[in-house]
Amino acid sequence: MRFEPRHSSPHLAPAGNVGRLMFAVVAALVPGTAAAAWFFGPGVLVNMAWCAATALAAEAAVLGLRHRPVRPALADGSALVTALLLGLALPPLVPWWLPVTGTAFAVIVAKHLYGGLGYNPFNPAMAGYALLLVSFPREMVAWLPPGDGGLDLAAVLHYSLAGTLPPGATLDALTQATPLDTLRTQIGLGRPVAEAMASRPDLFARVGGVGWAWINGLFLLGGLWLLWRRIAAWQIPAAMLGTLGLLALGFWLLDPARYAPPLFHLFSGAAMLGAFFIATDPVTASTTPRGRLVYGAGIGALMYVIRTWGGYPDGVAFAVLLMNMAVPTIDHYTRPRVFGEEQGR
Amino acid sequence: MTACRTWSFPGGLALDGHKAVSTREPVAAAPVPPLLVLPLQQHIGNPAVPVVEAGQRVARGQVLARADEYVSAPVHAPSSGTVAAIEERPVPHPSGLAAPCIVIETDGEDRPHPDCRPLPDYEALDPSALRNVIREAGIVGLGGAGFPTFIKLNPGPDHAVDTLILNGAECEPWITCDDMLMRERPREIIEGLKIMRHALRARRCLIGVEDNKPEALAALEGALEADERDIIRVCPVPTRYPAGGEKQLILALTGKAVPSQKLPVEVGIVCHNVGTAAAVYRAIHRGEPLVSRLVTVTGPAMERPRNLEVRVGTPVSDLLALAGARTTDITELVMGGPMMGFELASDAVPVIKTTNCILGLDHDPHRQAAPVRPCIRCGECARVCPAKLLPQELYWFARARDMDKVQDFHLFDCIECGCCAYVCPSHIPLVQYYRFAKTQIWAQEKERRKADLARRRHEFRLQRLEREKREKEERQRRKKELLKKARGGDEAAKQAAIQAALERVKARREQQHARARNVEPRTEAQRKALAEAEERRRRLAGDGGESDDDAV
Repeated sequence: MRFEPRHSSPHLAPAGNVGRLMFAVVAALVPGTAAAAWFFGPGVLVNMAWCAATALAAEAAVLGLRHRPVRPALADGSALVTALLLGLALPPLVPWWLPVTGTAFAVIVAKHLYGGLGYNPFNPAMAGYALLLVSFPREMVAWLPPGDGGLDLAAVLHYSLAGTLPPGATLDALTQATPLDTLRTQIGLGRPVAEAMASRPDLFARVGGVGWAWINGLFLLGGLWLLWRRIAAWQIPAAMLGTLGLLALGFWLLDPARYAPPLFHLFSGAAMLGAFFIATDPVTASTTPRGRLVYGAGIGALMYVIRTWGGYPDGVAFAVLLMNMAVPTIDHYTRPRVFGEEQGR
Repeated sequence: MTACRTWSFPGGLALDGHKAVSTREPVAAAPVPPLLVLPLQQHIGNPAVPVVEAGQRVARGQVLARADEYVSAPVHAPSSGTVAAIEERPVPHPSGLAAPCIVIETDGEDRPHPDCRPLPDYEALDPSALRNVIREAGIVGLGGAGFPTFIKLNPGPDHAVDTLILNGAECEPWITCDDMLMRERPREIIEGLKIMRHALRARRCLIGVEDNKPEALAALEGALEADERDIIRVCPVPTRYPAGGEKQLILALTGKAVPSQKLPVEVGIVCHNVGTAAAVYRAIHRGEPLVSRLVTVTGPAMERPRNLEVRVGTPVSDLLALAGARTTDITELVMGGPMMGFELASDAVPVIKTTNCILGLDHDPHRQAAPVRPCIRCGECARVCPAKLLPQELYWFARARDMDKVQDFHLFDCIECGCCAYVCPSHIPLVQYYRFAKTQIWAQEKERRKADLARRRHEFRLQRLEREKREKEERQRRKKELLKKARGGDEAAKQAAIQAALERVKARREQQHARARNVEPRTEAQRKALAEAEERRRRLAGDGGESDDDAV
């Protein structure tokens, strides 16, 4: 009897697939996303929906143009994850073209112009975010206060599509700076950290910012689940949060009046989202175990530098993009010694 | 039970064993088929050279083909009969190509050859003579690679062997032939081990068995005699694929890492398979060369998965029948295990010395549907790699055909265990890329060597021409010197030499004169021809005027 050899060894069914990984990441985002929606209103979800629709459409369109199979690419969920991360990073009340522009740039330029999944050197979500941050700074730093700002889904959708608010409400009255942003401004004005934080109980909680601590805590939870499932590499979040925390601790001990406490750094802004979901994007991160430690530590350090002395209140996007650039070098110098290779070679 | 310390090796996988299905019944002997097909190459190294002819009657254990080179192994007749042909036949090889085989029509008598004599007092032999007996018995590594065993029993003058390890890990899923051998014939393994120890002069012996085989461990432990316990220890190792990889097992049992691209003997260790030990026992104590082996016939497509003692050369189809295979259900017929085996194009190929398992896998729609996606650099492959390589980088460079870079990333430390390809979420056939790169590099190496040889030949020729030129000049120079010496020395002698030369010339000329030509009288025909020619000449001169004289 004749058979038709098709496969090289191994002959077992494969253990997993890219789609399963990506949808696990989506699942791990759920608790943190729910908290974000709870504190900042339905705008969070509206943004994510805009991003997701744009990403899938852009992915399908580009793959069509490149004559590549569309269905498996959409099914692998990678475009969706990019979209959701970008959506989560946006302020909760923005016009529709902001998420659409950012996501289109992320998928078309940052991902597919470099060859598509697996070939892009820069984290697409963060490339999209950086584009928006430098191009539309006014829209990108105006956050709603914790609590939903009194806007329901209809009002948010209306603003997103038409750009108008309910009568009597103005954008300036509704929005305010984030805790990270506020603290930076106050420190810049020479106010001691403790006093600045105490003067705004609506913004600053005991740990981190109001609401932000919950959001970060739940992203941490989802992230730990990813680590437990071995979907994300533990080295990156560990090194990133460790470095951020240690730097914050060091400067805070040095001068608690001028530097925010470490827990504030760890539980505000996009610290946890960045550590577990953004920096761990395997395509753009270092791929060696030691390299991942270096990569994570680099992001943590750059984040602290940007937050403390840089021009932006949060630094995840730029820190990640800068470290993306360093990945080939990091990988080159952190190759593990192979089995039986002598020490010190 | 002796306690054994074990070390853990990097990477690896916990896989479903599927071992229990094929260990339910004892090993049975597969009947001798009417036709045995014996490839001349069933081992690593050079093919054996036939010493029989078609039509010749042969007995069981008789040499059919001898090993002409060092790295080779002879082939013996697995049963008595007549050599039907020596011809190309399909052989079990990933390429699916045919190769030269000796075909024997068996006579059903299974008559042993008189030369097959036991050698129970092997301890009287020196290691070199013992190795030769093992070589003549055609024994090769039965764990899968098929490297001639006698070479691995020769540590060479530069190495002392401290530890001899028997590999009974059998870490691949589905395969149980070593398990059954250890359960049913532990004494053969231990006796073989003692012979190997004698050849290697090893200090101590360890038998490594994965701890998912408690029956085998107990059987070996129970078969050890009191005086053997000092030198031989049976050690359970944690079940983790690929614990049976040579370097992995050595690390697990001794804590020593064999240096990259070096042999275990560098750290004073030699490792053999348990089946090989049993084959050595049979060769020495029973005088039987390697003509049969245990084969696991298993898989989801078998009604009756089991282990069989099979004569080398038996067609795979016979084994499938004995295991009740639903052949129409088989989508992949694998020789070897699911992690490292290769697919067979036909069940007509014979079992060879290295065939440990025939695995019939049935249709798996999930696998068929799984498309290959781009590498997302998740690094899962690097995490499971037991050689601590970076499979994702190797893949990248192999795909780009950057053969320098793949070697830079230690391609040749890859043992092709398949862990990386198994865990790859993008379903990239990584091992295939590595095999491709290795083959490319070997081919390049071969080309380079050929070019080197041609270049050396050319250089040698140039050198030879140069040398000949120099020698010629040297000869002329010496002649001139001699001449000069003669001139300076004796004028009279020189004059005499000139005179002598002149004489010689004169004599030669005279001799030529003496042999005058055209002295015979002309014949009638010649005279006539001459006259005609003369006549023509005159006529031409008359017609064309005086100027034509030159033209004649």
